[in-house]
Amino acid sequence: MNPIDGVLLPELDSPVRDPHLPRALGWLSLALGASAVAAPGPLARLTGIDDSPAAGTVIPALGARELGHGLGLVAGRRPSGWAWTRVAGDAMDLSLLGWAMTDRSGERRRRLALTTAVVAGITALDVLAALSAGRARRTRDRTIRIDMAVTVNRTPAEAYRYWRDMENLPRFMSHVEAIRTIDLRRSHWTVRGPAGRHVEWDAEIVDDQPNRSIAWRSLPGTPVPNAGRVRFVPAPGERGTEVRVQLGYVPPAGAVGRAVAKVFGEEPEQQVRDDLRRFKQVLETGDVVRSDSSPDGISVRQQVMQRPAQPLPNGFRR
Amino acid sequence: MKATAWMGRDSVKVIDVPDPTILSPRDAIVRISTTAICGSDMHLYHGYIPAMRKGDILGHEFMGEVVEVGPQVRNLRPGDRVVVPFPIACGHCISCQRGLYSVCENSNPNAGIAEKIMGHSPAGIFGYSHLLGGYAGGQAEYARVPFADVGPLKLPDEVPDEQAVMLADVFPTGYMGAEMCDIKPGQLVAVWGAGPVGLLAAASARLLGAERVFVIDRYPYRLRLAREHAGAETINYEESDVLDTLNELTAGRGPDACIDAVGLEGHHGNAAIYAYDRVKQGVRVETERPPALRQAILACRSGGVVSVVGAYGGFVDKFPMGAFMNRSLTMRTGQCHVQRYLRPLLERIQRGEIDPSFIVSHRMPLKDAAKGYKLFQKKQDECSKVLLTA
Repeated sequence: MNPIDGVLLPELDSPVRDPHLPRALGWLSLALGASAVAAPGPLARLTGIDDSPAAGTVIPALGARELGHGLGLVAGRRPSGWAWTRVAGDAMDLSLLGWAMTDRSGERRRRLALTTAVVAGITALDVLAALSAGRARRTRDRTIRIDMAVTVNRTPAEAYRYWRDMENLPRFMSHVEAIRTIDLRRSHWTVRGPAGRHVEWDAEIVDDQPNRSIAWRSLPGTPVPNAGRVRFVPAPGERGTEVRVQLGYVPPAGAVGRAVAKVFGEEPEQQVRDDLRRFKQVLETGDVVRSDSSPDGISVRQQVMQRPAQPLPNGFRR
Repeated sequence: MKATAWMGRDSVKVIDVPDPTILSPRDAIVRISTTAICGSDMHLYHGYIPAMRKGDILGHEFMGEVVEVGPQVRNLRPGDRVVVPFPIACGHCISCQRGLYSVCENSNPNAGIAEKIMGHSPAGIFGYSHLLGGYAGGQAEYARVPFADVGPLKLPDEVPDEQAVMLADVFPTGYMGAEMCDIKPGQLVAVWGAGPVGLLAAASARLLGAERVFVIDRYPYRLRLAREHAGAETINYEESDVLDTLNELTAGRGPDACIDAVGLEGHHGNAAIYAYDRVKQGVRVETERPPALRQAILACRSGGVVSVVGAYGGFVDKFPMGAFMNRSLTMRTGQCHVQRYLRPLLERIQRGEIDPSFIVSHRMPLKDAAKGYKLFQKKQDECSKVLLTA
């Protein structure tokens, strides 16, 4: 799914990109592997094991392994997994070096010690790279991006005007409890999260094109980094306005939070779809549509455990 | 108040429930004077419509007196006598503005469930399952009517309840079934089903200029109503082969238009064919029992129209697509867009062109609703339409 047009949100966009380090190490693997396969002699001399009869076969074998790491990191799909293969390779190299050092002395021992120090340094870099790649992947897995649209029988100007008054949003966004505008651009949001928790944040409008589009993002420090854009496009055939929404957010408890949300029937896509349905209802009919079994209007949760289609108990007034 | 509640398969009960209240500014509360049991209520009664819940209040054909209106209802006042259309329609979405009230885009709060079965959601309907909104129905003493500024029609005093309540569903539905046939002078129309909708479709086809109308059913008393009140010729499918008879009556052409007023619980003269669908429906492999629809397609003149107003809910089996495609047939369908027919059909009643109440066979108080369902289900005592009164 596309990132949200023109909205930059560090928490949402930056960590999602794969870090550079694993890829750079991949190129190093390729270079090292190629030279080990093509010219094992100089490498053996450099590391101080040129006296061993096995060096001629072990070094090209290690080189082939390096080429594997390198290809995986440069061309593979999951750099986090490949970065850990490099760490495993480093462990193998270190133990081979330690074993080679036991029966050598003098200049060769010095070279071996130097090589060990360099490999140890590279191991530290590899661990760092593997961790950062894993972090990026997990953030990407947690990030929820939604594209959804509804057609509303109102002009783009009417739809824009209603949405631009942020305090209207809780009328159709069922999980938003309240929005208080702080000034023309900034607003304070209070939202019901999974398992009855409340989440609050400040948001700002970052792009405001009257009658066409509004984009917003949360301000730094929110527990739920989020951003969104809504566009109001005239629907073909004089059918009002296509209201197209893009949303992105990183839920507080990650995958666990999403699992909890699913248990409660609060699937994010369905939530947004229902919100847009309510937006259409409010703009076209003046209110959310209420039936006896869904007196508060559409909600997935209501649909799962609906009361019978009977009037509400006496005294119930909205 | 007292209300007729669905209690499970083949079970309804009049129970006490709270009185309805205004939930939205465009609501009205109606005290019901007359309500009716519809053939489509039988599909609920038999448990063929999904998403029913024990205690759901039934009924989508009702009329009465307005007792309370929300602040945005300016066309009605307490004391007005109104009939309420069965589809709930907002009046402001594109579908409503184009007259397609029964596919109102806003009135089904459970549109999400309906979309999973039907692709897009139709309108909400009073007392017709949670799939279609979970609205309490009108076989009760009172009902909450959403979008009261759009649906209900004010009635003149001289039109009695018995005629007016026919406007809630069966008369407009039958009429739309005939209208969709686009009848031209000299054309012949066949109607499957001599229940209230089929009888009124046949009568409407005559009103709209059909040369001859043939009604197909198996109950002699219903076929008699078709002959005596709808100006139709009749075929009893248990006595004669329908396709042969229609070919004979139309000199081999087939009817110019065929109306399916049977829907998802059809019967067939051939016991083996009936058993095939009955068993599949019973074990829910097929949700509908469509022999009438199949026969209507096979019978129809090449290039003709098959008009479907019988109710379907899910999927049909053995649909004769080859006949349908190769013979250039057109199918037209829909739950009735009642709102657009109310006024013109009231005028036809007032001008004496038709008295739709000829279908009514039984009148009883609301408290006897369970008896009414049983009578209608078993077609006992020549039951063709049951009215329940306050």
